[in-house]
Amino acid sequence: MQMTGARILMECLLEQGVDTIFGYPGGTILNVYDELYSYQNEGRVKHILTAHEQGACHAADGYARSTGKVGVCFATSGPGATNLVTGIATAYMDSSPIVCITCNVAQDLIGKDSFQEVDITGVTMPITKCNYLVRSVDELADTVREAFAIARSGRPGPVLLDIPKNITAEKTDYEPLDRKLHGTNGRLGKLMMRSSHDFKAPEPNHADIDKLVDMIKASSKPLIICGGGVVRSRASVEFEDFANRIDAPVAITLMGGGGFRGRNKLTTGMIGMHGSQASNMAVDACDLLIAVGCRFSDRVALRPSSFAQNAKIVQIDIDRSEINKNVMTDHHIVGDARRVLELLNERVPEIKHDEWKNYVFSFKTETEYDEVKDHLTPSEVLSTIARILPQDTIVSTDVGQHQMWAIQHFHFDYPGQLLTSGGFGTMGFGLGAAIGAQVGNPDKTVLHVTGDGGFRMNCNELATEQYYKLPIITVLFNNGTLGMVRQWQHLIYKEHYSQPPLDRAPDFVKLAEAYGLGGKRVTNVEDFEVALKEAMSCGHGYVIDCAIDMDEMVRPMVGGGSHITQFMID
Amino acid sequence: MNEITRRTLAVLVDNEAGVLSRVARLFSGKAYNIESLAVGATDDPKISRITIEVMANDDQTRLLSNQLRKLICVHSVKTLLPEHAIRRELVLIKVLAQNSEARNEIIQIANIFRASIIDVSISSLTLAVIGDETKAQAIQHLLEEFGIRELVRTGMVALERGQYTIDEQTKEKGEFDYGKNVL
Repeated sequence: MQMTGARILMECLLEQGVDTIFGYPGGTILNVYDELYSYQNEGRVKHILTAHEQGACHAADGYARSTGKVGVCFATSGPGATNLVTGIATAYMDSSPIVCITCNVAQDLIGKDSFQEVDITGVTMPITKCNYLVRSVDELADTVREAFAIARSGRPGPVLLDIPKNITAEKTDYEPLDRKLHGTNGRLGKLMMRSSHDFKAPEPNHADIDKLVDMIKASSKPLIICGGGVVRSRASVEFEDFANRIDAPVAITLMGGGGFRGRNKLTTGMIGMHGSQASNMAVDACDLLIAVGCRFSDRVALRPSSFAQNAKIVQIDIDRSEINKNVMTDHHIVGDARRVLELLNERVPEIKHDEWKNYVFSFKTETEYDEVKDHLTPSEVLSTIARILPQDTIVSTDVGQHQMWAIQHFHFDYPGQLLTSGGFGTMGFGLGAAIGAQVGNPDKTVLHVTGDGGFRMNCNELATEQYYKLPIITVLFNNGTLGMVRQWQHLIYKEHYSQPPLDRAPDFVKLAEAYGLGGKRVTNVEDFEVALKEAMSCGHGYVIDCAIDMDEMVRPMVGGGSHITQFMID
Repeated sequence: MNEITRRTLAVLVDNEAGVLSRVARLFSGKAYNIESLAVGATDDPKISRITIEVMANDDQTRLLSNQLRKLICVHSVKTLLPEHAIRRELVLIKVLAQNSEARNEIIQIANIFRASIIDVSISSLTLAVIGDETKAQAIQHLLEEFGIRELVRTGMVALERGQYTIDEQTKEKGEFDYGKNVL
């Protein structure tokens, strides 16, 4: 059937089962929005208009992380496209599957510095799994199919599709193709036949699995790391089964939150720079370290040369290029975390490691903060949240002290429950991600934990929250400073507090009210509890502005590049 | 052998727009200077072959190859070890030859190096020489005496000795065994 490029794009999105699009219109993408008009009116897709393209990209990312589906966002050319860049890089670093669709100026205007023209495929080359500038309307459908396949397959990641405006208006034949047939037809089919690219996760080598089973049998002090790969492959059940079987303590990375049930007795808490004593001491003392879906970033393996120095290191990762990248390993298995764990669970016997566990759990798995009477503390706030909000509340965070406090404190139960920018450390990620998560999970409570610095960056998305009636609870740790910067300056830079104070506007309660949302400033835990209950029952977005002390620190802390047990502060 | 030496990577890619910049930026993004780069279509016009030379150690070369393999446009990557590969580049040198004495001397040098004279004018000669970098350096050094006006090189191209090719069907098994980082 003859169709315009814009209509083909919409049809291809439906082929992929896309029902939600986050985006922002503009000059070059108008043909697409014109098609969207009828699709939305027919109820076939829902479009969420954000306040800023960055918010749309974070929302698509939060949607993808929380639902496991591919997030989709639309933006126009030029500034619309470049506003996506931080969001794309955030998704890339955390392997989140999103497809960004931008429209560029018409082909006869490309390369002439036309109005709102930018080479966005050039700009995003280093931060996408793959990107495309569509050159003809005939290849549009195949390109969209390829983009989605690449975004969701293997190690997931962002893909960008740039479509010149004239192509969205030109017509060509479009044949609907069921998603099951994409892998055997057209360009994607050809790509799949190339032996060098396996879009399906590679089947783990069984000999490699057997070797790991032998290593586990020979080990008396095994430790498992739960990384982001466990979350991405939704392998929490298999992972927990594996950990229980071999009775090994489990350290969780920032990105691994939700991959392993936080209340399981085997968890040693977070690992790395702000890792618990138990996790960091266990890494140093173990004789076998099994890292599942973990790339040993510099925030985990602070000093790669002495990381797990007494252990045989085994890395399980879907991405071959991660093996031996940061830490040299003794053995590795390339494959999807879930499949590898399934195969392991078939083969490993049940083992007990009581003596080793006694040693590991003699150290603290959680930070104990001193009780303070005269002001509100982060741990009081977080304990109250954990007591009152439903167990399955989705938590999104920005970046900084509040992020570490929240992740250290909460026990996550399932993949997709924690949305945080781990790799890229994007301040301003939280609100957009919370919006995406709430849209994708309308029945769940969504909690947005943030700080005054990160919230100020993208708080314009409160408008989106209000318009779409998203009952997101924002808990703002307001210490009037860039807390993590201040902490570093306190510990490392001789208390030269260069530029972190944020003793400035706005009044966040008035801001929330200006956006038509509820808000309350609280200075003690009793008031906080009242505000939280009000936030839960009010049915719309709510901002709780918690006054906390600026000298609160994230504990423990190990300096960058230091040995993992050299705690700067406990 | 984990020293930084000159490494030769052969890469088969789709012959499409933008592919070269995808491959090249992988090196620049990791702060490697590309020592030499040569690109051209292969016997299959849909596929180009890129030969890249870079200063790196074993670990770095392995990481680069693995990162390259992740690109959708890349079909295969192989590190060509100097002892198992033939490497050649073409160098064109325009050299001053103001009188017949100079011209004769240059022609003699060209003969010794099996370079060919491909252009001549009243005051200059242009030579074409094929070889690896030592040969090109040697002739360049000799011609500097006369005054080099311009010099251009194609970049090194390389093929493995013997029956093996970069193509996956005939590749040594280890290379494409997904679980192993064999180069």
